[in-house]
Amino acid sequence: MIDVQSLNDLKSYLEESLADDLDHAEIAFDELNIEVGPSQIVRVLRALRDDVQTRFISLIDICGVDYPERKDRFDVVYHLMSPQNNQRIRIRIRTDEVNPVPSVVEVFPAADWFEREAYDLYGILFTGHPDLRRLLTDYGFEGHPLRKDFPLTGFTEVRYDDEQKRVVYEPVSLRQEFRNFDFLSPWEGTDYVLPGDEKETKAN
Amino acid sequence: MAEVDIRNFNINFGPQHPAAHGVLRLVLELDGEVVERVDPHIGLLHRGTEKLIEHKTYLQAMPYFDRLDYVAPMNQEHAFCLAIEKLLGLEVPRRASLIRVLYSEIGRVLSHLLNVTTQALDVGAFTPSLWGFEEREKLMVFYERACGARMHAAYFRPGGVHQDIPQKLIDDIGAWCEPFLKVVDDIEGLLTDNRIFKQRNVDIGIIPLEECWAWGFSGVMVRGSGAAWDLRRSQPYECYDEMEFEIPVGKNCDNYDRYLIRVLEMRESVKIMQQCIAKLSVPAGQGPVNSADGKAVPPKRGEMKRSMEALIHHFKLYTEGFKVPAGEVYCAVEAPKGEFGVYLVSDGSNKPYRCKLRAPGFSHLQAMDHMCRGHMLADVGAVLGSMDIVFGEVDR
Repeated sequence: MIDVQSLNDLKSYLEESLADDLDHAEIAFDELNIEVGPSQIVRVLRALRDDVQTRFISLIDICGVDYPERKDRFDVVYHLMSPQNNQRIRIRIRTDEVNPVPSVVEVFPAADWFEREAYDLYGILFTGHPDLRRLLTDYGFEGHPLRKDFPLTGFTEVRYDDEQKRVVYEPVSLRQEFRNFDFLSPWEGTDYVLPGDEKETKAN
Repeated sequence: MAEVDIRNFNINFGPQHPAAHGVLRLVLELDGEVVERVDPHIGLLHRGTEKLIEHKTYLQAMPYFDRLDYVAPMNQEHAFCLAIEKLLGLEVPRRASLIRVLYSEIGRVLSHLLNVTTQALDVGAFTPSLWGFEEREKLMVFYERACGARMHAAYFRPGGVHQDIPQKLIDDIGAWCEPFLKVVDDIEGLLTDNRIFKQRNVDIGIIPLEECWAWGFSGVMVRGSGAAWDLRRSQPYECYDEMEFEIPVGKNCDNYDRYLIRVLEMRESVKIMQQCIAKLSVPAGQGPVNSADGKAVPPKRGEMKRSMEALIHHFKLYTEGFKVPAGEVYCAVEAPKGEFGVYLVSDGSNKPYRCKLRAPGFSHLQAMDHMCRGHMLADVGAVLGSMDIVFGEVDR
């Protein structure tokens, strides 16, 4: 199982060795999270990889998370693993739609597709990436589908047109309006006005 | 011919090529028959699973995991369940844990059987795939008998498994194990010392261990390059710590070693299955298959007929779903293809705020260019086969 003691040791070691680059470090659910500034990410990842004490040599994952209500709406989350110490670490940086993040491809070649995916699905820009193309979505796709403000149904649909003898792109037309049911219990405090609630304020 | 006439040749491999293992499009730049550059175009099977999961409750999101690596469906569900359980702090009863391990290993055999035999198919051997599919069919019947579906099981649930399995099924799985080892012997008899198979795979697709780590490889790919790294052993989840099994390790870092490791892992999986069956059959292995936490696990049908509270819980769980405390976790399992991880961010509501699926095949496939450079065109199919790519999980 996860060794909590060694995780605490790692945390205090990183607080010492990364001192200036480290914005925040915490252990939650037996996992170590650290936050750094976007400009430090390359230096931090290289330090974590090359430090003989940590040896986080395996890049597990890079992904974006979208918090549209925040000023810097995107988190870019890096997961690293150290096979030598059998530890994992999560590094988080914040950015928005216009400010690019330094690419870490030179540190980990595995970052290539993960960064392309984050660019494709969230529109997070990476500077210094050798080939920042779309990866998962269709050729010629527009928009960034995993953003919270992108509708689940998307904007275009495709079908085969028998007259033109080719696949055509058309705006989505739904036979029935897309229904997103909200099953959250109204007794436990919803953040919207329930039908009928407005009468109460009127009476006051 | 004048020298200016010589130029590299670009070809499209796939997306409709039988050796592309699904819908991979490779743009290959060839110098004669030597591969100069490989540019994989993926996403032809992209279904937006992560987006869909954000719009479903936790329980409704479960079946999407079967459709990732559809060759070993339950292993993916397992990672999602572990992530939810970690956030909720749910304990899984022992019998459920044993059943999960049993079915995870069935998934591993399913996946390795398909991979080993189709890799043989890619390099020209037809018979192994026919023999392998016969065994896969038997295993899928075990899937069906546990959950009602051959492939898309939705069997692992947060807190345990959906339903208990009868003793007859456990006995039948036990009876399958020994004869299966004989089938593995037969398949090995066709391939392991086969001259053609070895010529196509030995010393092809060599990748040293440091590069494996840097490219984010996991599972058989790192074990083939000499690391005894298996999450079942190094970061044990469920009840793997009480199981006895060996971790096969290669030393030549090539396709052939990875093939041998997969064959050995099937034998080890059978060993684990037999241990699970022994543990499930004794009184200590009896008991509930679901956590007793009524706020996350639906009540039994019989209970609902008598208890008002159970009825309310059932209604609430299948409409509102359960709420998961805010926080974020990363849970990984040793899926047949490598480390399958789920990075789950919860905002405290009944739906995942973000669910990133970390598929092993994604990391492996992006190293195609790195691994195939300088190889012959015919080796591209062999390397692809030995990476064990399934597009359900790569494209998500």
